[in-house]
Amino acid sequence: MSKIKDKIKKSFLARFVPGLASLIKRGPSGWMVILGIIIVLALVIMTAIGPWVTPYNPVKTNVGPIRAPPSSQFPLGTNHLGQDMLSRTLVGGAIMLQVSALSALVCFIIGVPLGLSSSYIGGFLDSTISLVIDAIYAFPSLVIAIAIAAMLGPGVVNMALSIAVVYIPSYFRIVRSQVLSIKELTYTEAAKAAGARWHTILFRYIFPNVVPSIVVVITVNFADAALTAAGLTFIGLGVTYDIPDWSWDLTNGWKYLSSGAWWIISFPGLMIILLALGFTLIGEGLSELLNPKLQR
Amino acid sequence: MGLRTYIIRRILLTIPTLLLLLTMIFLITRVLPGDPVALHFEKKATPEQMEQMRKQLGLDKPVWAQYIDYLGGLVDINYFMEHGYPNLGKSMQTFEEVGGQIFSAFPATLELAIYSMIIASTIGILLGVASSKSYNSVPDHLIRGFGTVAYAIPIFFLGIVFQLIFGVYLHWLPTGLRINPSITPPATITGLYTIDSLLEGNIIKFFESVKALILPSLTLGIILSGIFVRLTRTNMLETLRLDFVTAARARGLKEGTVTYGYALRNAFLPILTMMGLQFAMLLGGAILTETTFSWPGLGRYIVQRINFRDYTAIQGAVVMFGLFVTGVSLVVDLLYAYFDPRIRL
Amino acid sequence: MPLLEIDSLAVDYRTSRGAVHALDDVSFSLHKGETLGLAGESGSGKSTLGLSIMRLVPYPGVIVKGQIKIDETDILKLPESEMRSIRAVKVAYIFQDPMTSLNPVKKIGAHFVELIRTHEPRTSEKEAVERAKNVLKNLGLLSERINDYPHQFSGGMRQRIMIGLAIALNPDLVIADEPTTALDVIVQAKTLDLLEDLRKIYGMALIFISHDLSIILERCDKIIVMYAGHMVEYATSPDLHKAPKHPYTQGLLQSIPNIELSDQKLSAIPGSPPNMVNPPKGCPFWPRCPYAMEICPVKVPPLIVSGQNHLVRCFLYGE
Repeated sequence: MSKIKDKIKKSFLARFVPGLASLIKRGPSGWMVILGIIIVLALVIMTAIGPWVTPYNPVKTNVGPIRAPPSSQFPLGTNHLGQDMLSRTLVGGAIMLQVSALSALVCFIIGVPLGLSSSYIGGFLDSTISLVIDAIYAFPSLVIAIAIAAMLGPGVVNMALSIAVVYIPSYFRIVRSQVLSIKELTYTEAAKAAGARWHTILFRYIFPNVVPSIVVVITVNFADAALTAAGLTFIGLGVTYDIPDWSWDLTNGWKYLSSGAWWIISFPGLMIILLALGFTLIGEGLSELLNPKLQR
Repeated sequence: MGLRTYIIRRILLTIPTLLLLLTMIFLITRVLPGDPVALHFEKKATPEQMEQMRKQLGLDKPVWAQYIDYLGGLVDINYFMEHGYPNLGKSMQTFEEVGGQIFSAFPATLELAIYSMIIASTIGILLGVASSKSYNSVPDHLIRGFGTVAYAIPIFFLGIVFQLIFGVYLHWLPTGLRINPSITPPATITGLYTIDSLLEGNIIKFFESVKALILPSLTLGIILSGIFVRLTRTNMLETLRLDFVTAARARGLKEGTVTYGYALRNAFLPILTMMGLQFAMLLGGAILTETTFSWPGLGRYIVQRINFRDYTAIQGAVVMFGLFVTGVSLVVDLLYAYFDPRIRL
Repeated sequence: MPLLEIDSLAVDYRTSRGAVHALDDVSFSLHKGETLGLAGESGSGKSTLGLSIMRLVPYPGVIVKGQIKIDETDILKLPESEMRSIRAVKVAYIFQDPMTSLNPVKKIGAHFVELIRTHEPRTSEKEAVERAKNVLKNLGLLSERINDYPHQFSGGMRQRIMIGLAIALNPDLVIADEPTTALDVIVQAKTLDLLEDLRKIYGMALIFISHDLSIILERCDKIIVMYAGHMVEYATSPDLHKAPKHPYTQGLLQSIPNIELSDQKLSAIPGSPPNMVNPPKGCPFWPRCPYAMEICPVKVPPLIVSGQNHLVRCFLYGE
């Protein structure tokens, strides 16, 4: 199992890293990818170092006056609980990043092998599984996520699971369409005729060609997962106030807008946009680079 | 295969898909939480109270029997004749018929969805065409930037910002209601206030309902337009390259004719399909939009039910979503078959 | 007064990998009623030349140098709106692939009506339809089919429709880009005959673009042979056939199979066309030329007069 994981890592990285440098030359699509990576890395680093850098304890209430506007003491102001917005903004991405990463992992672990095996085996099994998957896929993702989250309750893992269920179909479908198109190519037939065993064909021929599309799906998944997590929190199915979270700040800060306290929601909101934007840029840029129809 | 055969096949295919969907919803909302009644009361009730609720809602039966009831309720013609809506269960909170509550909330969501879709596709197509025509220029990059950023904005964030700017600071547009409370809504024919007021011939009511609709549908519409911008741009770029477009220019036709009459008309079909697919996305977004604007639709209904832990009602609402999405995807597939000559011939 | 005069035309495609010199130093003239053949391999620049005359070189192509004069007016200096009024009225274009040159969602009658009413806006709908039906008749198509869609016609018929659209407004010059390449041989001959008949009736000049030298030799008065964006030879058809001067032309002629010889070895020119992003220095043909000399890779040979009305770009004939 770990051998296979190693192989995956190797083929993935081996193609990706040298490719990164050449991305700059590839025009606007390449720049999108690089910009996206920079944004995401910046946010991840900020969240990681955050706990050590915050001027105040992001969870502690009443460290300052309630709903104070930005000042030199509190550069991003304070919220209705007297918590420092700068500290909360610095570390507020943790939940969303964790949820996105976890859901992406679950989707990958379940969706990819399912897609690979279902399409490879084909036949009735494939048709049935595809039908089930399509039923889930057509359904509004937020509704399912809400339903599951409502049933399971709040928490990072539950949120990640609800989101994962919704996005497994995307992974499945992309993998399946790729496999189906490669399966029919002559060189796969040739390999079969030469007596290659099914797992060799799957991993050495099919999988490497599927990887680029999976990468695109993963990045889009991250972006969507972050936004869905925000949505869940907004409805009240997310985390509680003692865990700093951008979406939570947004959800609870908007009541105070009419009294003019714009800073409570602006900065967390901006962060969420940046996070989703970062992932989307990577995904969009990559999918454009990989799209042969647009290449000259 | 002919168009008729395709239609029949496609409609028949809906049945297993729908069954699958309903089963999935049942599993999530009835089986997953374990004991919905216990969750509803959060251990604040006596076992007798819980048992009584179970009896009243039919939750004391074994799971498979509940499943049969659930499916049976949906196709119960008598019930439908009697009430005007299918049997979607009873609310845990008020023991009212969930179907009734849902059907009074649904038109609001439908109206919101329709106008949002119109806004999204109009903005999307116009910008997408403009972008494709000025390939690799500054406007192109700006529009692409818009297309990418638009989708990354959390819907409720944009909604809040709009409310702030237009509702609070400028005091232009109302928030929270479908129509100014001093006006009685138009007589219900379609359930869509805008259409109904026009049918009634009442212009004032029409304007008032439009006023209430603008912010929420603009919010949802702008966010959704991002996808349409990118899709239109991509399809147009491909189509503009085709021979018949250059041939049209070679005949000295005006650029506008070439762009819209030749390129867009041929690039349009995938966009139409996307519009149908996006309806599902729209419903998800509607939940957030309705919550932000207190718009009395199905989305806000679900969120309220979640707050009240009214699991049976949640189940009913999710089923309603499922029915709607299945219906829309069916219509889209049929429309596509109608427009794509490859299937027609 | 020549109908068409081209002087030192140069066209580049500005791709992300560098500039591709699709056309370099192209000059010739054409008179009313003449037929000119443009012969060459794919990538030789012949289509680009045709499109340049229509000012329809696709992105990222740019006309970087030269003049194109139609009836003494340099069309490269015209505003787009005036150019549009020239297209289909003075110069028309027939595209290569009839399967993709018509609007799939537009009835063919509508194609004609739109064309007529764009350039002659005072024409009523009725008149336009009548004229469309007439054109269809002249093409040998049933006028009842005016309301059919392109996909309901065969390739040969669609090409006739394209020809019809091109000549509908009686242009002085028609540029036909490989009009028969996508058709089978029998339909080819019929189409070419149709083109020739129409040309004679309306007195049009014709630029015939093809990679098939045998067709060009048969049907054109004058011939330009293109290679890698350069004109390498320019002569009348009989002259070119009897006494081809450029080694490339000679190679082309030799590779045309002769049906009358029973024991013929098919010959081909060795090598392949050059990479247009990084073309070899000097004469573009020298790597494949059996007569290559020391000077050939050094600089591009100029176009020299060699014989009566015969131009050739080769150091074999002088400097």
